[in-house]
Amino acid sequence: MFLAFDQVAKRFGEGPENRFEVFSGIDIHIEENQFVSILGPSGCGKSTLLSMVAGLEEISSGTIRLEGEDINRPGPDRGMVFQQPSLFPWLTVRENVMFPLKKRMSKKDAQARADHFLKMVHLSKFRSNYTYELSGGMQQRVAIARALAMDPKVLLMDEPFGALDEQTRHILHKELLSIWEDTKKTILFVTHSIQEAIKLSDRVIVMGTRPGQIIADFHVDAPRPRERDDSYVISLEKQVMELLEKEINKVLKEELDDEAISTS
Amino acid sequence: MKLSLLVKRIAFLVVVIGIWYLIYAMNIFEDIIFPSPTTVASALYEGFASGDLFSALGASFRHLFSGLFLAILFGTLLGVLLGKSREADETAGMYLVALQSIPSIVWVPLAIMIFGFSEAAVVFVVVLGGTFVMALNVRSAIRSVSPQLLRAAKTMGVGGVSQFFRVEIPASVPYFMSGLRLAWAFSWRALMAGELLSNGPGLGYSLRYAQDYARMDQVIGIIIIIGVIGAVVDQVVFSKLEKNVMKRWGVL
Repeated sequence: MFLAFDQVAKRFGEGPENRFEVFSGIDIHIEENQFVSILGPSGCGKSTLLSMVAGLEEISSGTIRLEGEDINRPGPDRGMVFQQPSLFPWLTVRENVMFPLKKRMSKKDAQARADHFLKMVHLSKFRSNYTYELSGGMQQRVAIARALAMDPKVLLMDEPFGALDEQTRHILHKELLSIWEDTKKTILFVTHSIQEAIKLSDRVIVMGTRPGQIIADFHVDAPRPRERDDSYVISLEKQVMELLEKEINKVLKEELDDEAISTS
Repeated sequence: MKLSLLVKRIAFLVVVIGIWYLIYAMNIFEDIIFPSPTTVASALYEGFASGDLFSALGASFRHLFSGLFLAILFGTLLGVLLGKSREADETAGMYLVALQSIPSIVWVPLAIMIFGFSEAAVVFVVVLGGTFVMALNVRSAIRSVSPQLLRAAKTMGVGGVSQFFRVEIPASVPYFMSGLRLAWAFSWRALMAGELLSNGPGLGYSLRYAQDYARMDQVIGIIIIIGVIGAVVDQVVFSKLEKNVMKRWGVL
């Protein structure tokens, strides 16, 4: 298996009273070149799970393996795109994309490589600009180019389009799909948007909350590009929506109960 | 700057000098405590023509630059230490704030007792004037580096020492610039305090010398020079630099 989660759990705090379990018993097996979305309400730990793959978050128990190797720290075989573009403002667009390549190759090779990926995200013209001169969507494209430039085995994306407007998001969906088709990267994509997950992915993994766990795993068997009014897409959306509604109601009910207890 | 703004500012200055001249012409005060604007101007002219003011300015800038250089160096090292080590900051951080709150003129007697009436005493006061404010700003600079940038760098295999040099230092530049500007301002004030009580040379010493000889025209002239230099360096050098940096770093 390419990327394998086995009984992965995340806990915070020590001792039986203070211990808080975000999720446990996560088993996911992902094949190479798959585009997989992880969908869930806020608080289910989906971003934490992704950070674990990136090596930024400690795994409390269980294992995550990439091509059979245990993940326990960050590495260039996993590229990450965050919700915030997280670009370095003191560097030009091209220097930002070259950032992870320093020490791994000559400056000339790094430049050529940065230019290649900037072309892929249609930002060749802006390579000498500084990041404050770019719009949010353009900044996120630089971040994608930067992650791809490391030639990672897996591209991790943590709600990468969550802060963008609808129009820009739509354009970036198209760009991401064409990049995915060109590079055939394995993509692990975290989102809370049902439409986004179904539109983009081969597989949608739905997480529930309290305790965090996987509650469903859908394979999306529809050709791309997928239209929102496609009957298959609509019925799948409805199924996922029902599942998530239950989860969200559960959270709301718990919060209301908590409040009732604390005010009585 | 817009022309109309420049005109307004010059007009304002003309009005102030006009009022000054008017009060002088009414002969309310004795000439010795209230010289006319022309007397002050000619005192300034004489001072520059004889070279006295130039050599005083040269000495002052020599004290300032050696003091400021050391203040930036020590302040940066201290600030990085406190910014990176929670332990060091918890132990010594609050004393830094206490030291910063001491007016620089307070250090003058100490400096004179250690170094005598020498230029080293003046430089010592300048160093103390700038170091603590620099350290406090560098500490904030290091602490305010966005954790998101550090996370991003980590995913690209940049951690530890190389993360410090490639991310933390460049990310700290805007706060560092504010630190420089404040260190300059504090050092400039400390310099004047130190020189006033020194045995020269320097602009502050010239000021006291003028006072000793009851030359109010020179006193006012030198005060004007001190004010002009302070404003010009702040506006022309540091404000511009800071603004450019803030823009590039996306802070503005």
